[in-house]
Amino acid sequence: MKKTSILEDLQKAESHSKENYITFKDVLQISENKKTPLSKIYGVGTFYSMLSFKPRGRHIIRICGGLACHLAGGDKLINKLKEVLQVDVGETTKDGLFTLEENSCLGLCSVAPVMMIDDEPYGNLTEEKVEEIIKSIKEGTKK
Amino acid sequence: MKHRILIAEDSKSLLNRAKEIEKLFKKELEKRNLSETVSVLPTGSLGYEDIGVALVIYPDNVLYAPVNSKEDVQTIVKEHFVDGKVVKKLQKPFKRFSQIEKIMGIQQRIVLENVGKISPEDIKEYIAFDGYKGFENALKTSPEGVIKEIKDSELRGRGGAGFPTGKKWEFTAKAKSDKKYIICNADEGEPGTFKDRTIMEGDPHRVIEGMLIAGYATGANEGIIYIRGEYALSIERLENAISQAYDLGLLGNNILGSNFSFDLQVKKGAGAYVCGEETALLNSIEGKRGEPRKKPPYPPTAGLWGKPTVINNVETLANIPVIMRKGAEWFKQFGVPGSYGTKLFSLNGDLNWKGVVEVPFGTNLSFIINEIGGGLKDNLSLKAVILGGVSGSLLTPNEINTPVDFNSLAKIEAGPGSGSITVLSEKRCIVDVAKNIAKFFRHESCGKCTPCRVGTDQMYKIIDRISKGQGEGSDIQIMEKLGRTMKLTSFCGLGQTAPNAILQSLKKFPDEWNAHIFDKRCPVNVCRLEA
Ligand SMILES: Cc1cc2nc3c(=O)[nH]c(=O)nc-3n(C[C@H](O)[C@H](O)[C@H](O)COP(=O)(O)O)c2cc1C
Repeated sequence: MKKTSILEDLQKAESHSKENYITFKDVLQISENKKTPLSKIYGVGTFYSMLSFKPRGRHIIRICGGLACHLAGGDKLINKLKEVLQVDVGETTKDGLFTLEENSCLGLCSVAPVMMIDDEPYGNLTEEKVEEIIKSIKEGTKK
Repeated sequence: MKHRILIAEDSKSLLNRAKEIEKLFKKELEKRNLSETVSVLPTGSLGYEDIGVALVIYPDNVLYAPVNSKEDVQTIVKEHFVDGKVVKKLQKPFKRFSQIEKIMGIQQRIVLENVGKISPEDIKEYIAFDGYKGFENALKTSPEGVIKEIKDSELRGRGGAGFPTGKKWEFTAKAKSDKKYIICNADEGEPGTFKDRTIMEGDPHRVIEGMLIAGYATGANEGIIYIRGEYALSIERLENAISQAYDLGLLGNNILGSNFSFDLQVKKGAGAYVCGEETALLNSIEGKRGEPRKKPPYPPTAGLWGKPTVINNVETLANIPVIMRKGAEWFKQFGVPGSYGTKLFSLNGDLNWKGVVEVPFGTNLSFIINEIGGGLKDNLSLKAVILGGVSGSLLTPNEINTPVDFNSLAKIEAGPGSGSITVLSEKRCIVDVAKNIAKFFRHESCGKCTPCRVGTDQMYKIIDRISKGQGEGSDIQIMEKLGRTMKLTSFCGLGQTAPNAILQSLKKFPDEWNAHIFDKRCPVNVCRLEA
């Protein structure tokens, strides 16, 4: 077995969590294994925007705020998502299904505006499409 | 005659349900008893990406797009394969270039030679197209010989700075150490840039082969591909490719019966643009905060865990196999002195055709925009081009009649940078664009040094005020001074380049800034000013 780094341990802890976050227990465990103070572990963890120490929704929505998406009307989509989900950027919906996050650039600029939900990219978005996508995921997960 | 249908299944095509189309083809071919003679495979992006599901049929070299439905699939199978006719109505986006040769022909696909031709999911496909031959040639040469070949090719890094690759390798080769590393920088986070993704999704083995050759040349036997966490499909295809390479003995111990051993793994980033900076990247791989390190020492002599480390961009490494296969002299027939070979560009913004294209260095920027990119959408006129990403430069229509290469661009204070070309039409507001750029850097500044941490924040606040009609007479001067300070005193390239495009916009579009600041007016009605 290869030795893992603190960052990898944190990534792993987060990926094992249903609520997409790193618990205090995880941090304690990593601190113990690595013989590293808690402050250091948090120092690393809080540096990276894909890591969270707060519970998040089952699905992470990353809406792109890059220049190409901005030009293609990305702001409207952010507002639409806020309205549909009833949350602000960085918040989680009441039902615990979605967390809305903004990404600096997802590198899908040829089909801007775009977003990703978990590992799935969605492009050439419109306000209607965004609403539909959220609806279909909601219906899919309820089953 | 055996036919191959290659369906573009890159991230952007997949979101148009390319996978479903693949399945529909398989079903339809089976129904017509054609499965034996026509195979269906996934491939990488065909260059133009905003065209729906696209596919090429070889050996006929016919491209169809967009293929949207079951009916489209049935039509192609019936008319193309049974009747032997080209289905003209399914070639809509390419009225001008209906044949794949023409589309590929105005490009020069060297790095992307396999993308659109082979399945990225099968190592045998790569090998059938001369894959790993460059590495075999390297093994027959001495490590010094390989470095000489790369130096002779005058290949320069494609990650932005343009450092000569052969020279970089030589530093690491000459460094004495029990352990050395090869790192592929696949953090691609520069807004407007998505060319490395095209390589990794379309031809992942090429990156592995480039790293193997780098390892052999420098005496490194461990490689790491550091890739941004959001690039799920790239990660999947690279990991699959690595495991296939291990299975065939192209990675691991005593590769192909030689004394050379090389291990390779993928490490995922966790969302931080600064980690593309090479020393921040090293810290991130070591599991620390991704803050940049002091240079010197430089990574080629003291990099990962303090050991000599070559860090190259994905595109740089993807150039290596073909140089080792066909030689430096062959390579130098492309491009211009000072910038040999080709360059990938990510076309985006207000263009008709967007995507990743590969052209020889020295191609005129206006040709790339107007011919390859099909000109501006809705016949609008050009206002500005952001070249090399938001840390790059802002060019006016007067400046785009220029060859794209390191030397020519340096004359207009620009560079190819990350290879992104963001086209802005007359309807775009320069202040609004500057605000988006400033917001990006404010968010991505790592906070280690004051000029960048505070500078990016102040820059954003000033522009935000101006965009709301609260600009003040002294703002331009303050921004200029702030920008200069950031350039001169920031710790790393992030803060040093963050003000570039903004400062250039102040110089090149003073009237537009002044209209916002003094007249409280946005000439193109993008900003909402509350006077
Ligand atoms: C803020 C910042 C971000 C960068 N991001 C990347 C990147 O995403 N990919 C990359 O290859 N180089 C990036 N670079 C450049 C690298 O530091 C380094 O020069 C490059 O990886 C060297 O590879 P090359 O010689 O093959 O060009 C970045 C530099 C800075 C300052």
